[in-house]
Amino acid sequence: MSFSIGASGTGIGPRRVMEGFGERVDGKAFDWRVVTRLLAYLRPHWQRMAAAFLLMLIASALTLVAPYLIKVAIDQSIAEGDTAGLARIALGLAAVFIGAYLTTAGQQYLLSWVGQRVLATLRTRLFRHLQALPLSYHDTHIVGVTISRVINDVAVINELLSEGLITLVGDVLVLAGVISVMLSMSLRLALLTFCVFPVVLLATYLFARRAQVAFRHTRARIAAVVGDLAEDISGMRVIQAFAQEDVTHERFDEVNQANRDAYIKAMSLSFVFLPSIEFLGMLATGIVLWFGGLAVARGELTLGVMVAFLAYVSRFFQPIQELSQLYTTMQAAMAGGERVLDLLDTRPEIADRPAAVEMPTIAGLVELRHVSFSYRGDTRVLHDVNLVIEPGQTVALVGPTGAGKTSIANLVARFYDVTEGAVLIDGLDVRQVTQHSLRRQMGLVPQEPFLFSGAIADNIRFGRPRAAARAMEEAARLANAHAFITALPDGYATEILEGGVNLSVGQRQLICIARAVLADPRILILDEATSSVDTVTEVLIQDALQRLLAGRTAMVIAHRLSTVRHADLICVVDGGRIVERGRHEELLARGGLYHALYERQFVDLVTT
Amino acid sequence: MSVEVVLSSHKRDAGRILLRCLSYLGPYWRLTAGAYLALLGGNALALAIPQFIRWIVDRGIGGQDVRLLGLSVLGLLGLTLLKGGLTFVQGQWTEVASQSVAYDLRNAIHRKLSDLSFSYHDRTETGQILSRAVQDVDRVRFVTGRAFLRLIDATILLLGTAAMMAQMNLPLALLALAAMPLLSYRAFQLGRVLRPLSLEIQQQLAVLTTRLEQNLRGARVVKAFAQEENEIARFDRENARWFDLSARSARLSAVNVPLLELIASASVVLIIWYGGLLVTQGRLTLGELVAFSTYLAQLVQPVRRLGMIIPALSIAAAAGERVFEILDAVSEVQETADAAPLPPVRGHVRFEHVSFAYFGRHRVLTDVTFEAVPGQVIALLGATGSGKSTIINLIPRFYDPTAGRITIDGYDIHRVTLNSLRDQIANVLQETTLFAASVRENIAFGRPDASEEEIIAAARAAQAHSFICEMPNGYDTRVGERGLTLSGGQRQRIAIARALLKDPRILILDDATSSVDTETEQLIQTALQRLMRGRTSFVIAQRLSTLRKADLIIILENGRIAARGTHAELLLTSGLYAEIYHYQLRPQGQTP
Repeated sequence: MSFSIGASGTGIGPRRVMEGFGERVDGKAFDWRVVTRLLAYLRPHWQRMAAAFLLMLIASALTLVAPYLIKVAIDQSIAEGDTAGLARIALGLAAVFIGAYLTTAGQQYLLSWVGQRVLATLRTRLFRHLQALPLSYHDTHIVGVTISRVINDVAVINELLSEGLITLVGDVLVLAGVISVMLSMSLRLALLTFCVFPVVLLATYLFARRAQVAFRHTRARIAAVVGDLAEDISGMRVIQAFAQEDVTHERFDEVNQANRDAYIKAMSLSFVFLPSIEFLGMLATGIVLWFGGLAVARGELTLGVMVAFLAYVSRFFQPIQELSQLYTTMQAAMAGGERVLDLLDTRPEIADRPAAVEMPTIAGLVELRHVSFSYRGDTRVLHDVNLVIEPGQTVALVGPTGAGKTSIANLVARFYDVTEGAVLIDGLDVRQVTQHSLRRQMGLVPQEPFLFSGAIADNIRFGRPRAAARAMEEAARLANAHAFITALPDGYATEILEGGVNLSVGQRQLICIARAVLADPRILILDEATSSVDTVTEVLIQDALQRLLAGRTAMVIAHRLSTVRHADLICVVDGGRIVERGRHEELLARGGLYHALYERQFVDLVTT
Repeated sequence: MSVEVVLSSHKRDAGRILLRCLSYLGPYWRLTAGAYLALLGGNALALAIPQFIRWIVDRGIGGQDVRLLGLSVLGLLGLTLLKGGLTFVQGQWTEVASQSVAYDLRNAIHRKLSDLSFSYHDRTETGQILSRAVQDVDRVRFVTGRAFLRLIDATILLLGTAAMMAQMNLPLALLALAAMPLLSYRAFQLGRVLRPLSLEIQQQLAVLTTRLEQNLRGARVVKAFAQEENEIARFDRENARWFDLSARSARLSAVNVPLLELIASASVVLIIWYGGLLVTQGRLTLGELVAFSTYLAQLVQPVRRLGMIIPALSIAAAAGERVFEILDAVSEVQETADAAPLPPVRGHVRFEHVSFAYFGRHRVLTDVTFEAVPGQVIALLGATGSGKSTIINLIPRFYDPTAGRITIDGYDIHRVTLNSLRDQIANVLQETTLFAASVRENIAFGRPDASEEEIIAAARAAQAHSFICEMPNGYDTRVGERGLTLSGGQRQRIAIARALLKDPRILILDDATSSVDTETEQLIQTALQRLMRGRTSFVIAQRLSTLRKADLIIILENGRIAARGTHAELLLTSGLYAEIYHYQLRPQGQTP
């Protein structure tokens, strides 16, 4: 195969890691592992691909037949004045063109269809995989960069898989066909023409080596642009509030410029390369003219053969040009493919075990046994935590910021896995049950009240999409959200804008509570659920929550001690340890950290 | 899912959009002109070369002149070399110009986004903007670069080839060009059908991007409610719609693009047949027929290109439309033409009969009038959604009031420049956005020129210094997306340090310390007390300690001021305030 050039230029590029975005710009020019894995996506469509391939073969053959027919017309019909023969050949030519049209159209449609199908499949596959990845993945990856993989990189792979592959095979075949036809027409002239070939190989090799690095850079640069832009868009309010538009703009300008320069650099390689190939093509034409011309002059060659030869020489260089253009596509696709496979290969740190069982209906006994935990192997945030929550109990976690309260809640919901020890629910280690069956029975009101853009009703229904309108309203009433929702112009149908910006943070918290209420969980986690709600509303919600919590196990994280004093058990967390535990009165009587915290709040309220 | 773009706009004139895309080449007209000159030169050569070959065949080979043959072959190579040089110049300059257009467009979008007020960002989805700034700009770039060049190239080549052929043999040329009108008609027709479809496909891709973006940002909620399968089903639905549209477009292209080539090939058949007849009758030399068929081959090439460019043009027109939609968006908060910089203020803030409605229909504030004397602390109190946040969003002009006016030191804030206004105000917004950068950069965000000492001093005042020092790399630790995971309270303290460093005249604290524990909050409060001295401060706080210290408490109810006064006054006069006070204190009544 004439296209082995790519494989020879393996990974000479500088090993650089783009700071801040983790984009690799190194890698192999042609990685069979990547290619074969990507090719697997074509397998379900092999019939269509085979048909496209067949059509392509016919189309290529037909394009070879056309110059031959013209040659026959010139050498025989016209030279001999055979007008009837000429008409026959003209008809044959017309048939060839129509055949070429039909086969090309069919092949193009089949290929695009398969390409888009594979693209859609890959996107779904990636999306599905992203759902399986644990929170630790989402903590460490910039949203914009992940988007770039699912949307942009997948698209470049598609170019290679569908059109690229067929073009590759087609061009190689055309090349082989042209070569054999030329050899059979005039061995000497053909061999002379092929003298150019080693030079073509050398030029392609030189180009390939540089292009490989250059095109990888472009992939990384565009991802940087997406990342920076996504970041600025989500921080736009802060940027404007601090009047930092210019500074931010300068920073964007930098990535933007780097992206432009990378592209120009990569493209300028092609602009040197393509005319070089064209020149070599003309060199071959010159050879045909010179030696062919001499041969014709000596009567060793007919003019028709030479004219046909000229046509075949240009056909010879066309696939070579196409192949080298394909090479740049392949570079982009290879880089994109690596990034996509990389994502698909990210093993979920938290995955259901093969033997995982369905969590039966939870009674609500939650137990933390000697639990230690660290995020991503950094510093430990929890040390040897032991805690038992009886079914139906409400446990409050209090303590300073960063003490590890949210981490405890995260472990109970199995957003992360413990580093040491175990979390058990009803005596079952949470790692032994399927995540879905576990979380289906949990409700969470997160610290940051995240809402999806879409109707308020859909947001409340998020955990139970098929809940009836009445049940949904009931949940909203319980969360004290019904009154403000119905006061909105569109009521429950009001569209929540991205980030929930058209609602106050307090209102968002109320909707989050309603969402958790409707999900009717067996275990409820309230993480600062009412921190941004005004005092009056909070008291009302507290009452409602008391009712809601009856018969369920609950874990409540709060700073306002007034909201936790009725808890069955209060744990004071400090420095990743539970330092005190007991009921409100007991803890106050003990005169420890809880007492100190309480005193401070109390002092805060009554003095000054 | 609310989709902002109105799809009906594809009735808009494609030509005008494309012209506007091309107008961005303005600053690079020299490069562009150079590239087009190189193109003309290259085309002249492309036309000359077959003539040359014909000449070689007729004279060198036919005339058996070996020296002439040798010289002319060398000449041919020389011409090709020249053509190669021109091709490089043309490609390179076009690329530089069109990449610069993409660069300018992205910069313009970025700039526009920072000009657009909050209400624009409120209703625009990030995925939408991303998809436009990346994919759509790229499609516009393609048009301003290679695509348009190739279009011109193809047209010139077509016309030039036609002229050469006409000059050689007019009847034969007319025969060869007979297919042209049909060809152009089909090409235009294809463009007309393809554009609305392309717009729809791009729109659907943006919807897909948005779904993905929302899903990634809400990953915690999706997991907590075990809704992965539903999310996948929703994504699949949008993905399937994208596929259907794309497959439709693929079918259209597959049927129509090769058709253009077929129409052009019809000429080849005619020429071989009719031209062949002419040769047999001796009215045409064989060399001429060979040259003619070479030209015909040259004719097929531009037609093939047109077939590729026309879909690209349709897509680019749709893309351009989406890009210009951002660039043409009008900010609802704008500087007046005569806006003067706001001089350093003392901080006398007045609200005069201010009303505000969200998107013009959701009324949030009604006839709010109050005054903050320099140095005062104004506390805003009220139920969730009563309009507290709105009031403080109006002071830095994140939104403009629908009625009434706001003055600072007597200056109507509507008549001063935005930068000079916002420079004197610092916010600690309700949600703390940190950037994916180091802690230092985040604190120095409002004043990138701040010294290390100033940054540390601000961090100390915000009670952030000690926990920052405990982090792996201290002030160089990366936070924000993909950075170290910080607790809500830690994020908040960094945001407070950021505001402190700005040393503003007017301070806005929106629920600033709600997710900080009591101990830390007290420390912050002490720092803030010091900071607020001599500045006008607006504080939304739930805590009575803040209320006690306030010079003026404003109680809001459904967007109206229900009561105002100091803590002592309100306790006596306001039932609502007494109620809040009671709720807040109630637990204390039972303490030992």
